[in-house]
Amino acid sequence: MTINWKEYGNDDCYDELITQAGVPRAHARQLSKYLKSLSTADLQERKAASDLAITVMGVTYTVYNEQGRVETIWPFDIIPRIINMKEWETLQAGLKQRVDALNMFISDLYSEQRILKDKVVPRFLIEGSKNFRKQSIGVKPPLGIWAHICGSDVIRDKDGKYYVLEDNLRVPSGVSYMLENRLVSKRIFPDLFEMYRIQPVDDYPSQLFDTLASVSPQPEEYPEVVVLTPGVYNSAYFEHAYLAQQMGVELVEGRDLLVGDDDCVYMRTIDGLEKVDVVYRRIDDMFLDPEVFYKDSTLGVKGLMRAWKKGNVTLANAPGCGVADDKVLYAFVPEIIKYYLDQDSILNNVPTYLCYRENDLDHVLKNLDKLVVKPANEAGGYGMLIGPKSTKKERAAMARMIKKNPREYVAQPMINLSTAPTLIGDKLEPRHLDLRPFILSGQQTHVTMGGLTRVALKKNSIVVNSSQGGGSKDTWIVDMSGK
Amino acid sequence: MLSRVAEELYWMSRHLERAENMARIVNVNENLLMDLPVKIPFGWQSTISITGGDDVFYDHYDEPDEKNVIRFIIADTNNASSILSCISRARENVRTTRDIIPRESWELLNDLYQKIKNNMSTALGKRGRNAFLNSIIGDVHRITGLLAGTMSQDEGYCFLRLGRNLERADMTTRIIDVRSANLIAELENELTPFGNIQWVSVLKSLTAYQMYRQYSKTRVKGALVLKFLLQCEEFPRSFSHCINEVKKCLEELPNNDEPLREIASLQRLNTNTDIGKLAKSGFHDHIDLLQAQLASLHNCIDKSYFLTELD
Repeated sequence: MTINWKEYGNDDCYDELITQAGVPRAHARQLSKYLKSLSTADLQERKAASDLAITVMGVTYTVYNEQGRVETIWPFDIIPRIINMKEWETLQAGLKQRVDALNMFISDLYSEQRILKDKVVPRFLIEGSKNFRKQSIGVKPPLGIWAHICGSDVIRDKDGKYYVLEDNLRVPSGVSYMLENRLVSKRIFPDLFEMYRIQPVDDYPSQLFDTLASVSPQPEEYPEVVVLTPGVYNSAYFEHAYLAQQMGVELVEGRDLLVGDDDCVYMRTIDGLEKVDVVYRRIDDMFLDPEVFYKDSTLGVKGLMRAWKKGNVTLANAPGCGVADDKVLYAFVPEIIKYYLDQDSILNNVPTYLCYRENDLDHVLKNLDKLVVKPANEAGGYGMLIGPKSTKKERAAMARMIKKNPREYVAQPMINLSTAPTLIGDKLEPRHLDLRPFILSGQQTHVTMGGLTRVALKKNSIVVNSSQGGGSKDTWIVDMSGK
Repeated sequence: MLSRVAEELYWMSRHLERAENMARIVNVNENLLMDLPVKIPFGWQSTISITGGDDVFYDHYDEPDEKNVIRFIIADTNNASSILSCISRARENVRTTRDIIPRESWELLNDLYQKIKNNMSTALGKRGRNAFLNSIIGDVHRITGLLAGTMSQDEGYCFLRLGRNLERADMTTRIIDVRSANLIAELENELTPFGNIQWVSVLKSLTAYQMYRQYSKTRVKGALVLKFLLQCEEFPRSFSHCINEVKKCLEELPNNDEPLREIASLQRLNTNTDIGKLAKSGFHDHIDLLQAQLASLHNCIDKSYFLTELD
């Protein structure tokens, strides 16, 4: 296909593959050459093959509309996003450092609270956090790990620097798309896998199993691990089933489990009841156990918290670990790293204004049209205000909300996410994207090779969420040494 | 194995088997109608009765003519036994057991579901119907074959076999019951040419014709057909064979005391019966009895494996 990178038009932000001068970066040269060697028909044929592969694999997510439940295929853009291995290594080290410190932080919050006593983090922030669970105080999970699985959102600004936008410590999802995207790429671009040294991602399920097994209450015995799903109607059900299958463990629903008089967790099987050691739960805290949290939850298991507190079962992630993905506490992560590890943060935080601080509040209210305002405890982009794209009315409403409850709001400068070439019709156009690597913490800490790249398919949009016109790309970490 | 998963696998293979049988029944009926003279009162009504769907049918249609019955059996989601309903429910069953069965079987089933949904008009029109139904039968065979060839023959596989054979046993009794009703009366008389092709159609509904010919070297005789379909140990769709398969599965499963006792009584009832005598009178009641015992076997399996509770 004829590609003229000079007319590609990535003016106002960093492009992952193409420089501002319209030249492919070193790690994108071969891809560019390869794409140019294909006819438009060739490329469309590969696009069709990828659509078919995804349909046949049944890679879906569930959305709800007037007609009821609809299974939708998440759009996949066949052009890979490529990251140089060298650059990736820094990112990898930074993510490890971050998650290690966050685990120490959560552990401390539910035991001695040294960091509060030393006034590095203000006590009222923790006590007022919606995701702090007093039921978890005093519990000592195996190896002191609370956040076994973390998905951090990483973006790149105009200056080409990486920033961590948020750490998802509750039930981060998306890893199955990362794995499936790779399978699709291998089917449609086998030749590129010969040209590039692309780091594999498919050991994730076995690493996940090892991580979960290493935090079992009885690590010396072969552990019974299960994945707990809210059920087939959950939008991420596909992923729950996929991970259970790939790990070779049972995928259970709340109704498959029960807690006995001995405070141990059992699952109902055709042989009778079987003891469970580790629950990888994909259910929010509040639905876990009707005895302790929402009383009418039918998704959870009565007595699960009792069993966990007694140390008879490991819950991953541990209840209450969401306290660390509060967006106000996010601003403290560099200090948290310094406090526990005595190191400087390798990765950048996005500068964050905390509305509970009077000076910050003042600045935020005066600059609403320039900033992005986020509620501290919502996930999935809900309740956000994107200042430069907002109306006067929306800003006024937001100002009222902030004044009413300043603790629950933070603001950040608008970041123009980096772009990468994306196939739109017959042409390659720049589209904004982010990256969600997954970090596993057990006896060892693993970071996925790359992660899930989400891309906003609408021109100029920076919203990458699947519900709002986002798609995904395969992410290649390529070893360019010796080239 | 989780009780819930065992139950889904069991139903998945029942649904698949049922879809295959429905496709075959339509094909055979169509074939038969082309051969029968108009004066013989034989239409599409009996195909509804096979699945016990009469009530639901008359709630939604007036006339049991070809167009209505075909729609009802192939595409109507009000009919729990329609091909579309069966495949869609099998797909739902697999959706929640995707971590257990080989992934390719999910892909095949998903394909099959899309194919049926997207080609409904072909199925309803006369010309492409036969080929369409044959391809459904072929796809179900592919799935069964794939499972046989790639799935560990563990407990999960046991439940698949269990469901398939129970459904087969059930379907065999239903087809015999409905299809032979008007033929039994004529058993004593010389077979008319059209009686003959109707008995052949009973056999063909169960792909049993060729195997029957090998089993019985004489011409097609009603009583012998019934004996073959109920008591032949070797033919995979005969009642005897299916029940024996169910027994073999149960022997591999835990907690099997009660279900095995049910099986033994069902086998006694089936094998100790003189079909020749029964054919003269009481045949219908006998089939009813077999079906009641099958239902009780299902309930017993349900209680033993699918509803595990704290003691």
